[in-house]
Amino acid sequence: MSFSKELTKGIWKENPVFVLVLGMCPVLAVTTNAINGVGMGLAATFVLVCSNGVVSLVRPLVPDKVRIPVFIVIIASFVTVVDLVMSGYFRSLHHSLGLFIPLIVVNCIILGRAEAFASKNSLLPSIADGIGMGMGFTLALVILGSIRELFGNGTIFDMAIFGSSFQPVLVMILPPGAFLTLGLLTGLFAALEKR
Amino acid sequence: MKEVVKLITVLTVVCMISGLCLSFVNDATRGARAYQDKLEKLRALNLVLPEHDNEPDNDTVTVGDRVYYLSRSGADINGVAFETSTEKGYSGLIRVLVGVQPEGNIIGIGILEQKETPGLGSKIAEDRFKGQYKGKTLDNVNWAVKKDGGDFEQISGATISPRAVTAAVKEGLDRYAETKAQILGGAHVVQ
Repeated sequence: MSFSKELTKGIWKENPVFVLVLGMCPVLAVTTNAINGVGMGLAATFVLVCSNGVVSLVRPLVPDKVRIPVFIVIIASFVTVVDLVMSGYFRSLHHSLGLFIPLIVVNCIILGRAEAFASKNSLLPSIADGIGMGMGFTLALVILGSIRELFGNGTIFDMAIFGSSFQPVLVMILPPGAFLTLGLLTGLFAALEKR
Repeated sequence: MKEVVKLITVLTVVCMISGLCLSFVNDATRGARAYQDKLEKLRALNLVLPEHDNEPDNDTVTVGDRVYYLSRSGADINGVAFETSTEKGYSGLIRVLVGVQPEGNIIGIGILEQKETPGLGSKIAEDRFKGQYKGKTLDNVNWAVKKDGGDFEQISGATISPRAVTAAVKEGLDRYAETKAQILGGAHVVQ
């Protein structure tokens, strides 16, 4: 497979959220607004690219029996790096994402790509896969966050879209709104894919 | 046996390398994190204290387990800020910073931390809600939300969070009033 194909498959054909339906916990929890979606998406992308790269390099040295613990240690290390850096330089984002940053460790997209892709491929395709999957994840979070923020708060990226007479649909910011939006978008994705 | 040794060795080496890298990143970001902590605290203090020419985060008095941040104009104390918290909110801890004039009327409050329902209880952090505490003292108002027969506005759809904040602020004021002499320590205060 070519580099660009690995890169783009994560965005559309194998989108981790809408097609593979992986990592639903952060997808549902942090997408109350678009900025959170961008922050979470980029943090996960960074971890995904780094862990995919390192896993593809160390895989030949690691015995099968301990490969999962080794992957988890690698992933957890990069997540801690993200947590520390974000706390030092992007404090308000760090506050709004809260617990979901450390929880990237158990995001099944990341371990899933390490096991299913990076452990069987060399460095470059693994990094391409990480970037692609990360972008697909980020895109999904931003779409979801924008829709929920628009209807639940009348804004996108904090910019007012509707006039002041707009009555926010609160349920869109609450957990049921996450499920509703995700369900509709997944359906839309499947319908577009079929055509 | 030989295999076990190999597995243990691999895991140990991986963890050691990872620990080493993390300790490096931790050191590299320590300064930035401390700076953000300080900024965050100063920003919150500036919102609830009057204009001052000292550094309130370095000018503190501790009474019991509570830290009081003093704001001064020259040598005179013109404001005191303290943190109070409650777990009676809708979800988790709510930390409130309260700024008062030396005699005890509120200059302003700030919400340092809350995990209330977004769009409902989280409105306790908005100015429209926080503003109503301005100028209040222990005596000039009935310390409860309107639903409980008091004077403070609740938020439609969320009564629990405003109730918790109101109780926390009152508790802070009570403690301040009890230990005021100790906090101000005989320093001259601006009336």
